Amino acid sequence: MNEQPLQNKENRKEGRHSPALRWLEGVKNKNTVKNSFNAIVDKELSDHVRSWRFVILVSIIVLTCFGSIYTALSTISSEGINASGTGEPFLFLKLYTLSDGTLPSFIVFISFLGPLLGISLGFDAINSEQNRGTLSHILAQPIHRDSILNAKFVAALKLISIMFFVLGFLVMGFGMLTTGIPPTAEEFWRIVFFILLSILYVAFWLNLSILFSVLFRQPATSALVGIGFWLFTTIFYPMIVDVISNALDPGRYASPAQILAFQKFRLGLLHVLPSQLFNEVTSSLLVPSIRSLGPLTMQQTQGAIPGPLPLGQSILISWPQLTGLIAATVLCFVIGYVSFMRREVRAR
Amino acid sequence: MAENSIELVELTKKYGTLTAVDHLNLTIGRGEIFGLLGPNGAGKSTTILMMLGLTEPDSGTVRVNGIDPVSRPIEVKRKVGYLPEDVGFYNDLTGLENLLYTARLNSLPENEVKAGTDQLIERVGLSGSMNKKVRTYSRGMRQRLGLAGVLIKNPSVIILDEPTLGIDPTGVREFLNLIAALGKEEGITVLFSSHHLHQVQQVCDRVGIFVKGKLLAEGDIRSLSKKLFKGTPYIIEAGVDTEGVNSKGQPQMLSVGAMKEIVKEVEGIENITLEKNVFSFECTHDASREIARAVLESGAELRLLNRREFGLDEIYYRYFEGGNQNE
Repeated sequence: MNEQPLQNKENRKEGRHSPALRWLEGVKNKNTVKNSFNAIVDKELSDHVRSWRFVILVSIIVLTCFGSIYTALSTISSEGINASGTGEPFLFLKLYTLSDGTLPSFIVFISFLGPLLGISLGFDAINSEQNRGTLSHILAQPIHRDSILNAKFVAALKLISIMFFVLGFLVMGFGMLTTGIPPTAEEFWRIVFFILLSILYVAFWLNLSILFSVLFRQPATSALVGIGFWLFTTIFYPMIVDVISNALDPGRYASPAQILAFQKFRLGLLHVLPSQLFNEVTSSLLVPSIRSLGPLTMQQTQGAIPGPLPLGQSILISWPQLTGLIAATVLCFVIGYVSFMRREVRAR
Repeated sequence: MAENSIELVELTKKYGTLTAVDHLNLTIGRGEIFGLLGPNGAGKSTTILMMLGLTEPDSGTVRVNGIDPVSRPIEVKRKVGYLPEDVGFYNDLTGLENLLYTARLNSLPENEVKAGTDQLIERVGLSGSMNKKVRTYSRGMRQRLGLAGVLIKNPSVIILDEPTLGIDPTGVREFLNLIAALGKEEGITVLFSSHHLHQVQQVCDRVGIFVKGKLLAEGDIRSLSKKLFKGTPYIIEAGVDTEGVNSKGQPQMLSVGAMKEIVKEVEGIENITLEKNVFSFECTHDASREIARAVLESGAELRLLNRREFGLDEIYYRYFEGGNQNE
């Protein structure tokens, strides 16, 4: 009998404090969790920057890129484009796409070396922590389990973003110095979008390699699987598609419907590749005169006046490819996330 | 605040057909030093992982400070320090940097940490080597650094999973003293898992014997031995020589059969064994006096008489024997 009112009193007392206190507690919790997340990001970032692996890759990429710019510049000048640039629209974008045949162009280098960068930044993200025994140490601290995965991704992404923006703008500045022509606003935005796209493309490979680092216990295995996958998509898969399309080729005298269906089928096979998606979006961004990424019939092109598309339209025609690339990135992340969240973490 | 630091109720974890932890019930009070004793693969580590929310139980509940680590792991981990058997550090960082990283993961305010670190380092005995890289550390130093990382967040519960593995005996003693001091002075609840009986005996208030996922017994060491050796709680050891020497000039030994004949008058002897010239009598009561008298009356010479107390050794082996018989 006596206990009842006492308990009520206690409840009331607690109730008076609780909403504000609970809110404060909630804010504190959120802040502390955020702090620890930033702690991991900072540490990962400094680890990456100090690692030999990153230094070597960056120097390879910087050297090749400047090599390609040099050839692009020499091609531009040897073709005798007049310095005013009136004859050639979007001269500036050519810096990124042009090549004289001795060295591939800037975008080819990025599409070739970008995956390697992504793989090298992510292949030992989780499994090396596990092998060192630091994973259980970190997980015993008050942080969410997904914070580790997210922080590793964010840290590598930050690094890639900084690097690509620096590289892209350096090329721009280099071009301005040597040609003496400033880029137009449209060209500038196209270049910015291209840099963002490259970051997205490397992010896909980064996520894929983080996924492998969750799935495989040995860093060597996950690195090999990552590089193997990259080789397969850049070299072997296009070969296989060639073989298949050669076998199925309806020939020059088939009906237009047949040829169209065949071309669509061939492109469909190629669109599985992230590199293909990346290349198509890149070309629509940096070559504004491209009006379609798929096959066009004679009727469709008849009467069209060749001319560059505005930026919005260029993005629009490559929108499906862009979505596909984002989807692939998210998919890798989700698979890695799911398998990591439910995993039991032993000390070693 | 909850009364008990750790409460496990009907906790079960299965790996395929193997049941690692089998309907475990365990309660550890605030400020207690509890020893979880068991052979390798008994499910000690699995139980600890479940307390930290690092793996999910199949059934049953865990409460640490009254909080469920499955649904609210962050709050549990804020208050619980965990030191695994082989704690991992970043080898390229110094001990201090590793410690500060741990502090940052706990979102501790920087100024507080800086003030407290020196004292903490002093306490775990790493003052001279905090600015060396961890790769140069010995195992004992790594464990000390691990303990510093555990203490930096002012835990109310410390869970130590085989923390003394691979440390030399002096190091072990210092480590254990440190743990005992922590438990006694600061009122921290300590769960100490080990397969080293003597270490557990040295520091723990209470011991749980854990075999094949089941807690076979718990209690302090005296009550455990009472419970266990209900039938024959006393063992009396007697080293006995016969009068003469045999033809080879060695002391002539009595056989078990002959000894049985000698002590047949003494009541309460359940079993006699002979090992290394020493007879062991398992008795229901303290029969040392009667045994001594009977031996002397028989004309044999009594070299040694010893009443053995049951330590953890006996308790441990008795239980493992029991475990084997169950198979």
